[in-house]
Amino acid sequence: MKDLHKSFGPLEVLKGVGLTAQNGDVVSLIGASGSGKSTFLRCINFLERPSQGRIIVAGEELLLQPRADGNLHPVDERQLERIRARLGMVFQSFNLWQHMTILQNVIEAPVHVLKLPKAEAIARAEALLQKVGLYDKKDQYPAFLSGGQQQRAAIARALCMEPKVMLFDEPTSALDPELVGEVLKVIRDLAQEGRTMILVTHEMKFARDVSSHVIFLHQGRIEEEGTPAQVFASPKSLRCKQFVARLHS
Amino acid sequence: MHLFAAAVPLWTLLSWGDQGYGDELFWGACHTLEISIFGYALGLGLGLLGAVGKLSSAGLLAKGLNGYTTLFRALPEAILIMLLYYAGTDALNGLFALVGIGALQVSGMVAAIVVLGAVQGAYSTEVLRAAIMAVPKGQIEAAEALGMTRFLRFRRITLPAMLPNALPGLANLWLNITKDSALVSLVGFTELALATQQAAGVSKRYFVLYVTAQAIYLAISQTSIAGFGWAERRLRRGQRGPVAVP
Repeated sequence: MKDLHKSFGPLEVLKGVGLTAQNGDVVSLIGASGSGKSTFLRCINFLERPSQGRIIVAGEELLLQPRADGNLHPVDERQLERIRARLGMVFQSFNLWQHMTILQNVIEAPVHVLKLPKAEAIARAEALLQKVGLYDKKDQYPAFLSGGQQQRAAIARALCMEPKVMLFDEPTSALDPELVGEVLKVIRDLAQEGRTMILVTHEMKFARDVSSHVIFLHQGRIEEEGTPAQVFASPKSLRCKQFVARLHS
Repeated sequence: MHLFAAAVPLWTLLSWGDQGYGDELFWGACHTLEISIFGYALGLGLGLLGAVGKLSSAGLLAKGLNGYTTLFRALPEAILIMLLYYAGTDALNGLFALVGIGALQVSGMVAAIVVLGAVQGAYSTEVLRAAIMAVPKGQIEAAEALGMTRFLRFRRITLPAMLPNALPGLANLWLNITKDSALVSLVGFTELALATQQAAGVSKRYFVLYVTAQAIYLAISQTSIAGFGWAERRLRRGQRGPVAVP
């Protein structure tokens, strides 16, 4: 339940891109490298500061003010933190905290941000680790896990905040080919549970299978969008047609 | 031979009480540790503030901190200690006289701690700044994305993540301060170096007493190295691959 729209700074990485995802939607952002899809995703939870635009999460609009650097800044840091806590983010490079075990990684934000009692956070975390198949690795440090395991742990970490929306920034791009499947399976399960998700991905077949809506970005603009069938099977734009055709061959 | 030919036997010379200098050397070593620990703690505090200040500002504050680290790493500590001890006392008393408070004497120990702490702070600033910069950006972004406040991010993520990077440099600084603390003898504060000098001056047993003092310094440094090694191994237990730690 949110509506997002923003354009981006002097480099004009995003030239007015917006999207709305309803509860249960799975929106995939596709496009060539440099098309702005990751930047757009990172604007949603403000890891990147947009220069214009509005961000509304679950009916609450993030209050923004322009500053001299040409970017929008949050009026109230507390509000930004509150909104971020409702958005689960999964990064391309996992970004698990190296000095904590897997379980410590997963309970960190629930305990310190949501102020959940530790026992409750641990129970929640263990259930999630069970679900992503990492319960037996919970006391290991991230560096001793494979990329696929680390990414599944990172997904559990995001889920433990019980977010309204999950954001995935190329979650399988840093993985060895044989590890991609286990991570996609976890994301697919989440989609089937009816979670609201926004996904930046290069896995076209996967995007076609799980998405309710697909957006093709080109040079910071939405070039094509629609259902997976529309975008993949009968794209109107020539660039999208070429992009999709290249992936089919 | 004449070095060892004096009347008092070795064990008496190093014994506790009126006959020997064991107690003087022991208390001197305690003072050395005291100055070192307080100076180091002060330096760490200043260093942390300095590093965070340098990394989070570009304006006047950063310029001021650059001035601080440049100056305090450049000036000889011996002169700084005397400057603070003599000139600082004068200045303080002048100030106190203005507001009608009586004179006071800055103690040699306080002067030493403040000066050594300030110098250590300048070095620590650079060690900690480099260590913080070496923390991968993604570690912080993950914390931001989960809604952690700036302070929480620093306390729970940046600080523990940068410590293994900082520890070798911080261990060097600790070893330096245990030896630099000998400079306080310049203002008459009796730590290990001055205690040894006095004992040797009276007994004329220079060789034995200075070698004993060196052995004490060596014991302090070896214990410290072992301690820092243990701490670093512990902090790096989440890291993979060969980690050579003393």
